[in-house]
Amino acid sequence: MELKERIETIVGSTGEVRIDRGNIVVEVKEPKKIIEIAKKLKAEGFDHVKSVSGVDYSDQGYFEIVYHVSSYSTPELAKAILVLKVKVPSDNPRSPSLIEIWPSVEMMERETYEMYGIIFEGHPELKRLFLPEEFEGVYPLRKSFKIKEEGIMA
Amino acid sequence: MSEEGYMLLQIGPQHPGSGHMRMLVKLDGDVIVDFIPDVGYVHRTVEKIAETKLYIQNIPLLEKPILNDSGNANLAYIIAVEKLLDVEPPPRAQYLRTIMAELSRIASHLYGIGILSILIGSSTGFMWAFGDREIFIHLMQMMSGARITYSYMVPGGVRRDLPDQFREEFRKAARYMRRRYKDYEKIIIKNPVTRARLEGVGVLSREKAIEWGTVGPNLRASGVAYDVRKVEPYAAYEDIDFEIAVREEGDCYARLLVRFQEIMESLKIIEQALEKIPNGKILAEKYEKMIQPRAKKLVEGTGRIKFPAIYVNLKPPKGEVFSRVESGKGEITVYLVSNGSPKPYRLRFVTPSFRNLLTFKNLIPGHRLADFPAIYGSLDYFPPGADR
Amino acid sequence: MILIGNMEEFLRRAAKWLIEKKPIRDVRDWGIHFSLWPVHLTTACCGVEFAAVSDPKYDAERFGVLPFVGPRQTNFILIEGTLTRKMARAARLVYEQMPEPKFVIAMGACAIDGGIFWNSYNIVRAHEILPVEVFIPGCPPRPEAVIQAVMKLQKKIKRGDYYYGVERED
Repeated sequence: MELKERIETIVGSTGEVRIDRGNIVVEVKEPKKIIEIAKKLKAEGFDHVKSVSGVDYSDQGYFEIVYHVSSYSTPELAKAILVLKVKVPSDNPRSPSLIEIWPSVEMMERETYEMYGIIFEGHPELKRLFLPEEFEGVYPLRKSFKIKEEGIMA
Repeated sequence: MSEEGYMLLQIGPQHPGSGHMRMLVKLDGDVIVDFIPDVGYVHRTVEKIAETKLYIQNIPLLEKPILNDSGNANLAYIIAVEKLLDVEPPPRAQYLRTIMAELSRIASHLYGIGILSILIGSSTGFMWAFGDREIFIHLMQMMSGARITYSYMVPGGVRRDLPDQFREEFRKAARYMRRRYKDYEKIIIKNPVTRARLEGVGVLSREKAIEWGTVGPNLRASGVAYDVRKVEPYAAYEDIDFEIAVREEGDCYARLLVRFQEIMESLKIIEQALEKIPNGKILAEKYEKMIQPRAKKLVEGTGRIKFPAIYVNLKPPKGEVFSRVESGKGEITVYLVSNGSPKPYRLRFVTPSFRNLLTFKNLIPGHRLADFPAIYGSLDYFPPGADR
Repeated sequence: MILIGNMEEFLRRAAKWLIEKKPIRDVRDWGIHFSLWPVHLTTACCGVEFAAVSDPKYDAERFGVLPFVGPRQTNFILIEGTLTRKMARAARLVYEQMPEPKFVIAMGACAIDGGIFWNSYNIVRAHEILPVEVFIPGCPPRPEAVIQAVMKLQKKIKRGDYYYGVERED
């Protein structure tokens, strides 16, 4: 696939590129490098972020931040979904914010901060979005935040 | 009054123009300088609850945030689950899904048009749009049995076959809606009041729409021809010939026109789908043969699926998928991570209203307070969708 | 008391005594049961169905129900589905601002006991913060069910089976 090769040259040694169910997955090795890669990807034509998700793998000691990036302005790229992944340690989750490159991440990074406590460095308004100010249990989407479950055992 | 001479105005959540949210508007005279949407009034933690439910139980759960377009919300999740399970629904089910999704889109657009009309003070627009929406709700009710929450699509197919009277009822509805469109043109679209309130108001340029990741009719009204149905065809859209409604102006009026145009286009899509729909099964072979022998007769007789027992124990293999669907309000994306257990490990559900929140926030400053409801209504922003 | 000339106080008491007498009370109840004005507070997604209640097909105005601006002019609050914590505070504030007598209908499974969101960490049960008169089951309830609930409430009011305002000590 031609696009995959193009992305491989962009990412170079800073990350790993593979194809998973039709989507191009880029696993960035170090959080600091993500800005550099994102800048190059934007120059390539990827102009907006569809979703920013956090995934809790704290049993393995890290959180994963997943950016799904695609394009509106370039029709060929619109067909592709680029999955940009970065791992941050779960005891000190910090990653640079991509808001300078893709302004569309603003609300989604804020939500990820609220739900996982991942600090996006450089984000101008990193505060709670959905939850009330006095909400006592922090970071509800972490696996350590338990809620009741239904079932025979419950 | 704050120190700089600005006035801070709070709108909502108890306000006819606010919906389920609170908005903080900083005013200089009647010009809005700053706008802070205080969302989260309908944050019901869908993503967390989804991790505690089985795959099949999440179908009704994910419809709730986008209740006025639940057919498409349903489809987005089901496509993701099917990608994980590696199941392909039979062609007839694909066509039925297309019909359901399009009916849902029409209902959603009429809802949006109704809300926009009442926000700019046109009660007629609200009554007409909501009255006509009932017709399409009736059609969806015929297909699924429910008024608003259809849960029509299940992994591998759909729950019910097309009822006998559906074609006739749809023909009547389409004829009615086409006739009705001429009335809408006279009373709403070409109404001088509508034009005065909407034309040139809330202009979203093409560059900004791309930058802020706007979705749906709001994006297409700003001149970006992006529609998931064309870009990555799902269900039966590949075999259907339709056009994307695109306009260049990017103002509130263009957004209204795009919605109307899409309603007319959706009627065409359903007509084609009804014409081309093949005969056959409505559930994938893999699951069809697991239906209990006793229930099989009922399934063949009534065209209603009795769920095979495997559904309570769906265990997709490890992996992650991403699915996107063009709903009435815009693109819905689902990012689903499975670790091989019967419950999702992570379910990320990004709704069109959540993505439009940034557009909404950035588009408001610089306008007059009187234009605020017009812009809000024209974005078709649905707070339960944004908050999830 | 009339002797010491506190005419105003006397009239007030007389009016209060009179208004509790049968024929006048009946007229009052009859009047209230036709003028239920719900406040414009959409708490969650059942609002979609509540909007359908006031559309031409179901036409809730037949029963004197039309959403109205401002809690000060309304006497009826319809909890439309889930109450999140933020929204519960707003609903309670709105309820406090409404004049007596006031009525609450809880619409949808979520307003009864959480419904599909029962294990969410951000919701509040409606009956914990508001005195609910009628519950409507369903997810979401059909518009007919909402109208039926309103009619039930009207019957209740007509019977005089409700709490009329703050009771004074005298």
